[in-house]
Amino acid sequence: MKAEDIIKPENKVYSRPRLLDERNTHYCPGCSHGVVHRIIAELIDDMGLEDTTIGVAPVGCAVFAYNYIDIDWVEAAHGRAPAVATALSRLNPGRLVFTYQGDGDLAAIGTAETIHAANRGENIAIIFINNAIYGMTGGQMAPTTLLGMKTATSPYGRRVDLNGHPLRISELLAGLDGTCYITRQAVHTPAAVRKTKAAIRKAFENALAGRGTSVVEVVSTCNSGWKMTPAQSNDWMAEHMFERYPLGDLKNV
Amino acid sequence: MAKIVGAVTIDGARCKGCDLCVVACPTDVLRLQPQEVNDRGYHFAYTANPEACIGCASCATVCPDGCIEVYRMKIENA
Repeated sequence: MKAEDIIKPENKVYSRPRLLDERNTHYCPGCSHGVVHRIIAELIDDMGLEDTTIGVAPVGCAVFAYNYIDIDWVEAAHGRAPAVATALSRLNPGRLVFTYQGDGDLAAIGTAETIHAANRGENIAIIFINNAIYGMTGGQMAPTTLLGMKTATSPYGRRVDLNGHPLRISELLAGLDGTCYITRQAVHTPAAVRKTKAAIRKAFENALAGRGTSVVEVVSTCNSGWKMTPAQSNDWMAEHMFERYPLGDLKNV
Repeated sequence: MAKIVGAVTIDGARCKGCDLCVVACPTDVLRLQPQEVNDRGYHFAYTANPEACIGCASCATVCPDGCIEVYRMKIENA
């Protein structure tokens, strides 16, 4: 059987999502952002929400998310995506509003906005990419950086006495009454990607049904910031990150 | 007994050569070009062993740039 005999439109089982823009992303090779963008584009198309979805792009590597997924977007100031999403969801009832944020955006400069939006139980979905580093600015230490992890601003490794503990913000948000669904997933294997897709679908359904705030944390890699190859960084993540950030549902009501 | 065969196409111009599809493939179909590069200087992926493909779409599922299309068909009495 030759490949040419199999490559026919009727046999196609997977193709590039329709809503993913034709332009190339600016992400480094192997970046988890690309996978999560693809999942979101697939989901919005599958759920038929192309015309009713509003995304809020963050500041960080994903600042150009609005260039890559062909839906309506608003660009928020650094960390303020949940506040902007609050206004969008209140003023546009019936629309799906989601934010897409990194750990520097959601867990550092935007901690107040995140916690208060979740505490108010705004009907939004928050996609939280946690790669334990500030990728865009050159690999500085983030609140989520692991203990002992070397970054540009912790060249001898993160220390508890100097830098405090890695922040588990999803656990913090799970303790708030306004949240309905908090989960932690990853995108390092095909099975993990499918689970993440199911989790984001559930978060979108919760936001549409008005059940409260949903947070999908995606433990991700930053191979450039970690100074590894993409495949190595996936292995490193499975070995070290999951110990501090275990995968699974933290809250599901 | 019916047999499942698959095939993939790779958009070599878009591929960034991250190697994730090569690692994800259970039947060792994909490789990165050892010498040749695309317009942006990346050693893009290609099907080095296309007969082994089972069309499982693992490569496309982990591809961060959406470069891979997957085809699958069933052959009776193969």
